[in-house]
Amino acid sequence: MTLLVGLPVVLPLVLGALSLAIWRFPVAQRVVALVGTAVLLLLGIALLWAVIEHGPMATALGEWRAPFGIVLVADLLSAIMVLMAGIMGFVVALYSLGTVSRGHESFGYFPLLHLLLAGVCGSFLTGDIFNLYVWFEVMLLSSFALLVLGGERAQMEGAIKYVTINLFSSAMLLTAVGLTYGLVGTLNMADIAVKFDGAEDGGRVTVIAMLFMVAFGIKAAAFPLFFWLPASYHTPPVAVSALFAALLTKVGVYAMFRMFTLVFDADTAYTHNILLWIAGFTMVTGVLGAAAQFEFRRILSFHIVSQIGYMLMGLALFTPLALAGGLYAIFHNIIVKTNLFLVSGVAYRLQGTYQLKQLGGLYRSHPGLGVLFLLSALSMAGIPPLSGFFAKFILVRAGLEIEAWVIVAVALAVGIGTLFSMIKIWAEVFWKARPEEATTGAPVMDVASPGLHWLYVPIVLLAGLTVLIGVAGQPIFEVSMQAAEQLLDNSAYIEAVLGSEEGS
Amino acid sequence: MEPVLALVVGGLYAAAIYMILRRSIVKLVIGLLLLSNAANLLIFTVSGLTREAPPLISAGLDAPLAPTADPLPQALILTAIVISFGVLAFAVVLINRAWHVVQAEDMDQMTGTDT
Repeated sequence: MTLLVGLPVVLPLVLGALSLAIWRFPVAQRVVALVGTAVLLLLGIALLWAVIEHGPMATALGEWRAPFGIVLVADLLSAIMVLMAGIMGFVVALYSLGTVSRGHESFGYFPLLHLLLAGVCGSFLTGDIFNLYVWFEVMLLSSFALLVLGGERAQMEGAIKYVTINLFSSAMLLTAVGLTYGLVGTLNMADIAVKFDGAEDGGRVTVIAMLFMVAFGIKAAAFPLFFWLPASYHTPPVAVSALFAALLTKVGVYAMFRMFTLVFDADTAYTHNILLWIAGFTMVTGVLGAAAQFEFRRILSFHIVSQIGYMLMGLALFTPLALAGGLYAIFHNIIVKTNLFLVSGVAYRLQGTYQLKQLGGLYRSHPGLGVLFLLSALSMAGIPPLSGFFAKFILVRAGLEIEAWVIVAVALAVGIGTLFSMIKIWAEVFWKARPEEATTGAPVMDVASPGLHWLYVPIVLLAGLTVLIGVAGQPIFEVSMQAAEQLLDNSAYIEAVLGSEEGS
Repeated sequence: MEPVLALVVGGLYAAAIYMILRRSIVKLVIGLLLLSNAANLLIFTVSGLTREAPPLISAGLDAPLAPTADPLPQALILTAIVISFGVLAFAVVLINRAWHVVQAEDMDQMTGTDT
């Protein structure tokens, strides 16, 4: 049973090593990637099932007991995030078959993909803050290498900004971890939570909380430190963009949800008020930035930023309903945002550019793609009955309940801004006729597999998921609500980690 | 000893941030290097310095007799050093490639992805 908690971390590591061993056989690498990520997806489902059945589970690595050794913990939030990572890994692996060129494959695309997933799953499952730092670095180093795969000028320029700001945030995180250890002499999150609750010196705890907030805020691309994201996410191959959009910022958001519910829940009047300001500004700047852009993937990148604001709003309001809304927004956004990136990749395949001015007429030539885009785009803007509507509905309802009028007004206004950007893409890429001068541009076809249908399969899968979690919103909401209650009442988490001390 | 180390840590952070804010990408990497060293030294200092008491247990005993130095921060620092070594190696290769591709080492020349 507890083996299940460790497997989602071990499996991608093993797959990464295996992919390196079969470096010279691209076909075998593709098979390993597809089968491996599918197994990861199944593991995610099994883990979620087990956590729903048994409550939070913990396993001590190497049988070193809880506050001393490193533990992996799966509560409801972790389990869902691992499942999300599994879904996204599988979808992106499938999509990579049709979009990643032979050159990129021969420079280790698939091994890096697996190692990235290992870092992501490790961050979701670990119960130790130094271990969290290590998994962040595993994830970052893989993402650095994926980002510069191909080595074009734009990638280099984007990568320098991405690498610098992320290394800076890692140093902040390490600083915060060091100060925490200096204050309470433990690194286990549950143990820190217990010791901070009894800490007399609240001021120093708040200082550490703010350091963590800066470090995770950079990783999550929250205002004011998000500029690395729109500078870099539109430069790598589109499958990589989609994977980054799906998982990397969400790991930062996950870490915030974990730390600011489990550990730093004492001085909420101060920390969560700051978080609320951050959330509001993140939403507004993201959506305004997107309005000024005319490059498909850059618009989507700015919208990642604005959607992060909604998730943080859920955390900042800090009621069970708001947290559930924030979690719902995370799940919904991972699926929808990835799908929009995948659609942009198909548009690029068909017309050879990401510039809205030079794209056009796709609805006439590919109506199916238009419908798939519209499903995801309207979902992100929050049109019922798609998933985004329920995410916003829960958040707004939670805001109204505690009379946080300003943030609710901001959230609703930003929803309109999102709709504006999505309609802009729709009008430019799908609706208007293709501009005359652009028709000479040859479609880009130098990819490993020529079949376009490989690109449609993952898009249809994700669009179906969007509709599903919109139409069948009730069970997803109930799970989010349970996860939120687990986060707020952290005794089950602490008992799963520290309680095993007496048991073993 | 702690006040001296605290000043050194502060100086390292200040120097690192100053270097990161320079426009040259070489100085940028030097700044990142200093930053990771500052964080490591901070962990070392903040978890308390105990002189001349290695965490060794004499033969035939289960626990050390007197209080000893905490070995865990050093394990953390060792891990952090290895990680920052790997990451900085990547950063050095990256600025080398960037210099070849962009033909400049000034961050102000690398604005192609900003608009």
